[in-house]
Amino acid sequence: MSPTNPMNRRKDRIDDLAATSGGTATLVREAGTVDEKPGVSLIASAWKRLRRNPVFLIGAGITLLFVVLALVSRVIAPHDPAVGYLIDQVRPQSNPVPGPQPGFPLGADDAGRDLLSRLIVGSQQTLIVGVFATLFGLAGGMVLGILAGAFGGWVDALVMRIVDVLLSIPSLLLAFSIAALAARPSQLTVIIAVAAVQVPIFARLLRGSMLAQRHSDHVLAARALGVTERAVVFRHMLPNALGPVIVQSTLVLATSIIDAAALSFLGLGNPNDRQPEWGQMLGKAQTYIYDYPHLAVYPALCIIVVALGFTLMGESLREALDPKSRR
Amino acid sequence: MTATATTPSTNRHGDEPLLSVRDLRVTFTRQGEEPFTAVDGVSFDVRPGQTVGLVGESGCGKSVTSLAIMGLLPRRGNRVEGTATFDGTDLLRLGSSEMRDRRGRDIAMIFQDPLSSLNPVVPVGLQVTEVLERHRKMSRKAATPLARDLLKRVGIPDPDRRLKDYPHQMSGGMRQRALIAMALACAPRLLIADEPTTALDVTIQAQILSLLKELVQETGTALVMITHDLGVVAGLCDEVNVLYGGRIVERGGRHELFGQPRHPYTNGLLASIPRLDAERAPLTPIPGSVSDNLPWTSACAFAPRCSQPVDVCTQRTPQLEESGSRALRCFNPVGGPR
Repeated sequence: MSPTNPMNRRKDRIDDLAATSGGTATLVREAGTVDEKPGVSLIASAWKRLRRNPVFLIGAGITLLFVVLALVSRVIAPHDPAVGYLIDQVRPQSNPVPGPQPGFPLGADDAGRDLLSRLIVGSQQTLIVGVFATLFGLAGGMVLGILAGAFGGWVDALVMRIVDVLLSIPSLLLAFSIAALAARPSQLTVIIAVAAVQVPIFARLLRGSMLAQRHSDHVLAARALGVTERAVVFRHMLPNALGPVIVQSTLVLATSIIDAAALSFLGLGNPNDRQPEWGQMLGKAQTYIYDYPHLAVYPALCIIVVALGFTLMGESLREALDPKSRR
Repeated sequence: MTATATTPSTNRHGDEPLLSVRDLRVTFTRQGEEPFTAVDGVSFDVRPGQTVGLVGESGCGKSVTSLAIMGLLPRRGNRVEGTATFDGTDLLRLGSSEMRDRRGRDIAMIFQDPLSSLNPVVPVGLQVTEVLERHRKMSRKAATPLARDLLKRVGIPDPDRRLKDYPHQMSGGMRQRALIAMALACAPRLLIADEPTTALDVTIQAQILSLLKELVQETGTALVMITHDLGVVAGLCDEVNVLYGGRIVERGGRHELFGQPRHPYTNGLLASIPRLDAERAPLTPIPGSVSDNLPWTSACAFAPRCSQPVDVCTQRTPQLEESGSRALRCFNPVGGPR
């Protein structure tokens, strides 16, 4: 079990993140005693630092732009992404991909559909997959994490061994296996496959910070007042344990988008290409990669920029909320 | 221990004890390690309206005693023996849900650090009403005016606004007041205060102590005061138990104990308090630390640090011997044997 073992490294990282929640109490103490001004909460002081952090601003800017684009994509897309307007220019042998021309600034794909419109509308699918995969993963991870963290004992041992098994499988491989199980691949199977990979990460993270809360003074004080076990878990432990989980979800959004794109790229995604999706466009572009690399470059760039945006935002959030990395 | 150890001290208040702890023994067991006995046969009584102090250095078993009585020790890794009879029921034999019903209603506890003992993400008012909702089966709406009155009673100004405040928005003294309000919400008959003033400024300490004194007198609540601060004991307690190495080494009324300490440990504790009236007299610390303990099994645990040990101290275990309202566990007490 060397520390360089990738599985251990992953676990360590999750546990490090979980440990930050134990520190929120000290963080609040600092805020409380250094300046007693009412209203300087953990979130307010984090926001104060984030507002001046260029990394966060860039990440949040990209994220915001992407979300707005996805929401209004159908309106601002110049053409219908499913209609082959330039189909009569497509010559399978001599000119399979129509080039840029007035009205079609990026040209069209091999079915004569406007590339720009497909990229714009593709953001929608990417956002849906990213958000829902993260939400499902979060929900599953929270159920397992609460079970393990609240009950402890053999429930904890059982849940955590299952989680360890899931964590020991490389995440993309696990997602492939789950997606490949589906008889008919669709957007939903991609979401489920990507979410399943996130479940153990969230579970381990939440369990770690729940455990830190379990031994905290205020939980002991609540117990000393006869507060019921359910209230102890849901009012005293869970809300205090959620910080690192929320931060992790912004990071997971980025990996979900990449994983989903990878699944689509390999043909495990939605086979219906009337609904454009960046990973799927990338997969289709393989055929023409030598002669028409722009077909692959545009969707790949979109994926990279969006994933980068979420990662930058998530990392700077984590840094701002982590008492250990405060400067 | 012996029969003498289990006899309560003279009943000065003249009524039945509310809490009667007998031979309480808490042993921490860890796999592959020697079991460690943190509390070793502690017995004491608390009568309604009485304030009883448990005094000793860090690690002498004060807090473990209180946690054991409250049933708040972790479920695994320890063994609790003896009895703690509260109003006719042995608390140590109660099931966890019965005990949970009593905590906060019949017995409440105040902890050392007022900030970390409050839930940082829940407004203070909600934390007070939570107790009332739980034990009085009140709705939150009905409990809110009561919570406001409680905050007012413990001396928090502008209680209407403070109800909505989060713990970090309050000062240390106010937080401890809020904790006291939570503990007293259901008018418990016994209050255990575990070093309630240690984390506070000296000026605030005095305020909190006088508040506690006032509330205890007003409501007739019995108070168990756990502290290492003899000043707190002098100001508040009717009866004082001095603990060393998990056992009571001396017990007495406040005035008797401070006037005539008989155990060398009590004497040493008193001598290590700085005094303003003594001119430049050097402080007399007790040498060593609790970790230098001998086991109680065939010696006096305090012998290595004692100022006046005799041979028998390292050969036999001293027993707690009662005489009148006092009790003493020592072979060679200060002021000679009586």
